[in-house]
Amino acid sequence: MALEHADVLKAAHLARLGLDEGEADRYLDDLGRILEMVDQLQSLDTEGVAPLAHPLDATQRLRADEATETDRRETFQRVAPAVENGLYLVPRVVE
Amino acid sequence: MQWETVIGLEVHVQLATRSKIFSGASTAFGAEPNTQACAVDLGLPGVLPVLNEQAVAMAVQFGLGIHAEIPDVSVFDRKNYFYPDLPKGYQTSQMYEPIVGPGEVEILFDDGESKRIRVHHAHLEEDAGKSLHEDFHGMTGIDLNRAGTPLLEIVSEPDMRSAKEAAAYLKAIHSIVTYLGISDGNMAEGSMRCDVNVSVRPKGQEAFGTRAEIKNVNSFRFVERAIAFEVERQVELLEDGGKVVQETRLYDPDADETRSMRTKEEANDYRYFPCPDLLPVVLDQAYIDHLRDNLPELPAAKRERFQGELGLSAYDAGVLSASRAMAEYFERVHEVCGDAKLAANWVQGELSGALNREGLAIAASPVSADQLGQLIGRVMDDTINGKAAKQVFQALWHGEGGDESNSADAVIEAKGLKQVTDSGAIEAMIDQVIRDSPAQVAQYRDAEPDKRGKMIGYFVGQVMKASRGTANPQQVNGLLKEKLDALC
Amino acid sequence: MHDQTLTGLAAALAAGEFSSRELTEHLLARIERHDGALNSFITVTGEQALAAADATDALRARGEAGPLTGLPLALKDIFCTQGVKTSCGSRMLDNFTAPYDASVVERLAAAGTLSLGKTNMDEFAMGSSNENSHYGPVKNPWDLTAVPGGSSGGSAAAVAAGLVPAALGTDTGGSIRQPAAFCGITGLKPTYGRVSRYGMVAYASSLDQAGPMARTAEDCAHLLGAIAGHDPRDSTSVARGVPDYTAGLDAPLSGLKIGLPKEYFGDGLSAEVETAVREAIRVYESLGATVREVSLPHTHYAIPAYYVIAPAEASSNLSRYDGVRFGHRCENPSDLTDLYKRSRGEGFGEEVKRRILIGTHTLSEGFFDAYYKQAQKVRRLIRQDFLAAFDEVDVLMGPASPTPAFDLGANKDPVSMYLQDIYTIAVNLAGIPGISVPAGFAGGRPVGLQILGTHFAEAQLLNVAHQFQQATDWHLRRPGFIEETA
Repeated sequence: MALEHADVLKAAHLARLGLDEGEADRYLDDLGRILEMVDQLQSLDTEGVAPLAHPLDATQRLRADEATETDRRETFQRVAPAVENGLYLVPRVVE
Repeated sequence: MQWETVIGLEVHVQLATRSKIFSGASTAFGAEPNTQACAVDLGLPGVLPVLNEQAVAMAVQFGLGIHAEIPDVSVFDRKNYFYPDLPKGYQTSQMYEPIVGPGEVEILFDDGESKRIRVHHAHLEEDAGKSLHEDFHGMTGIDLNRAGTPLLEIVSEPDMRSAKEAAAYLKAIHSIVTYLGISDGNMAEGSMRCDVNVSVRPKGQEAFGTRAEIKNVNSFRFVERAIAFEVERQVELLEDGGKVVQETRLYDPDADETRSMRTKEEANDYRYFPCPDLLPVVLDQAYIDHLRDNLPELPAAKRERFQGELGLSAYDAGVLSASRAMAEYFERVHEVCGDAKLAANWVQGELSGALNREGLAIAASPVSADQLGQLIGRVMDDTINGKAAKQVFQALWHGEGGDESNSADAVIEAKGLKQVTDSGAIEAMIDQVIRDSPAQVAQYRDAEPDKRGKMIGYFVGQVMKASRGTANPQQVNGLLKEKLDALC
Repeated sequence: MHDQTLTGLAAALAAGEFSSRELTEHLLARIERHDGALNSFITVTGEQALAAADATDALRARGEAGPLTGLPLALKDIFCTQGVKTSCGSRMLDNFTAPYDASVVERLAAAGTLSLGKTNMDEFAMGSSNENSHYGPVKNPWDLTAVPGGSSGGSAAAVAAGLVPAALGTDTGGSIRQPAAFCGITGLKPTYGRVSRYGMVAYASSLDQAGPMARTAEDCAHLLGAIAGHDPRDSTSVARGVPDYTAGLDAPLSGLKIGLPKEYFGDGLSAEVETAVREAIRVYESLGATVREVSLPHTHYAIPAYYVIAPAEASSNLSRYDGVRFGHRCENPSDLTDLYKRSRGEGFGEEVKRRILIGTHTLSEGFFDAYYKQAQKVRRLIRQDFLAAFDEVDVLMGPASPTPAFDLGANKDPVSMYLQDIYTIAVNLAGIPGISVPAGFAGGRPVGLQILGTHFAEAQLLNVAHQFQQATDWHLRRPGFIEETA
């Protein structure tokens, strides 16, 4: 599955990665070769094989419904780049 | 051209768990910003989700409540997109294998007619936080307290054909989740939110028209109004030769219109894939059976029982089973007084009237079900008559008689409303009235016998007045007739 | 002091030959003196280490010391450590001080060990050479012109250089075993789910697993016992009892059935590495083991499957680094998209971006089934290969890497770098445990023998590795670096 420049730009946008033009070109080359390697998968017949998401056949354990966490806002916000009145600040979101 | 409306609803119900779906942070409403957002909710590096058993149980209860298939295995997926109220950059949801399979909900109309609406599936997911747009130097503030609150998203089939049906469906969902106690159903606080998919097609055409998704429709009334507006808009557009665009629209309750949300620069591509931090949820039959056995009686079953066992009309049964609070109140009144029809009349009449006047929910009624039941009992055993009963009700409404269950008796006692049934005492009052009303007695005597029936009303009134309303009206009537006729 | 095993140091501390403080001071001095050349640490927490050492000495004085009390370790900088910078080798987290300890960090502290600091690594554990760190490459103590392997290169180099007796690493596609092999130490990747991932910065959640890196299998057994076990905070951690991993170390190997996957001895394997590995297998035969060839027919597909699954999970796991709640944020973002794009564009290095792009692309509409679903199916086939092999043999053996440590800067091409992990990567896809033990040298650089077992067979792997180390002395060799600077 050949990769195009637009695919790289689309992926970069979906992933919110700022790339300059030079970078996009370099990644197009790298990604194209990685996908070429990955495309070997297509040659394998997997008809009837169930996908494996986790290496062990384990099932989800459930947690008791208890509020166990205490307020640690001050600690958590010490590592935050921009906060005010306990809120995280981001550039204005237009709705 | 005749147009047909096609509506499907996606209802998001916040589940009433104590803690979040994947973390031990509290879900209480109204805390200071970000004080109920723990490391997991904030998506700090290295933290991991663990599923809340109560969220699972509530989702399954809902599924059982709509007679849905409950699959053995359900899987959480990640829905990837960037938004500041979505801390991890993905929402943990269920795309491919939801916890609740196909089911159905019966909706009722005022005329007693009903219709079945199919539910496609219901899945568990986490709520996002909130963006606050007050001015922080031109910035937006993010509060993540709500992030991670468990949501059950209930997706209907496009089975509704009018705004009325959509509102009835939403009410039915509300009624089921509140009966089950899995949500407080508070739409004003956002515990229940609704996205509406609307399209129109020429009547008789099978293929669906292009739909618009209306977001942010957060009351029963707004659902009806948003749909009404949207249908009109689409029909107008089509009749003018235009085309409906598949898009997301926002309902603005102030302007009472739907507006296109600014078209995003690119189509969404959520890149769903199974969440590697969570394992498949496997439910065994014993667990599902246990939940089924402990399900409370749901609105449809209650309605049937009210009609069949208690002999109420379809309309009464529908009204009294519409909410769990109403049904429980009615059932308690019935239990105390023993007469279902009287209980139904009082709850829908005197009580609902008073509640409506003051805009109170039944849970906030100043008159308890025990008090009302006792009051009705006193009418039934002739302790008071109907007129006095209304006085007692008013007194109870205003807190007289205290809040004990025997307060109806206390009010009757204090106000001396006990009905007089001693025929000697009633006869004495009648004799007095006859003595005091020679002119009226003369008129009565002179009247044609078939006109006398109407004229007796005056004397009844006088006797009731003399008894301060406590004389038994039937006794007064009978004795008066005897005595007056004896004078003729 | 610095030349001893963890087990030896524990005995010396117990015998009162020296205190934990003396040991800690000695190692801190060595780090101070030598790490400039190696760059194996990102953060050295000397003060905290000394305070912790004093506390453990006090514990010992009160007679309350356990087997690991007072032993200094190092932690890969992927583990969250409360109050200490946790960078994950990235500019993105250069300013991040973790507000909590990872579960394994808590467990190691509860066992009485102390941390000397956080070791260098490939950014977000993405790499096989440690050249992808924001903090610069780590040098191999055996040859400062060679890479130490990756992504746990800092941990491997620090142990090999005698800066610390043991360290914790993580392994998503070989990131413990390959640097252990390159640096001539012993490194164990446990079964997926054996050790909690809580507080370990995620790369690829269904593959990541923490494990010990030390001089000997015995040392690894002690550390694994301390960190393994069920953690209610990690849904994928397994609720299964933790055996005493040291109990069976001395069991004889007579009758042990060893399988040699023919796919692990094919094209691309350096002759010198093969010679060393075959020699190691002869040692096992002399210990009473029998050897036969087996096949893992889907080996060839492991790297392609890995480079779908791992980047896909990573692309999602790394979305939380958005410049809003922690981590790098660009200057004066003009709008939300600018905030995201520049913060992430500046905060992530080249390899991380490459993998995020690959993962984003393969998950996107129209590609999901062909890539992700297909990779997951292949993953099942790869696991089946291993499980079928373990029906016939007890353990599998082969090289940990096709070559010894390569030169710094030698592998410029990402794909040829990825192909280096041919022997380690399938193990993560299958979730089985693997250990790399020193088994000789090739061109003066260490060679690692990789031993694989079935799920939860850590005790057996440690026994098999320990018996080899009783019969050989490769694990006792020290790089010239130590003698030169001792």
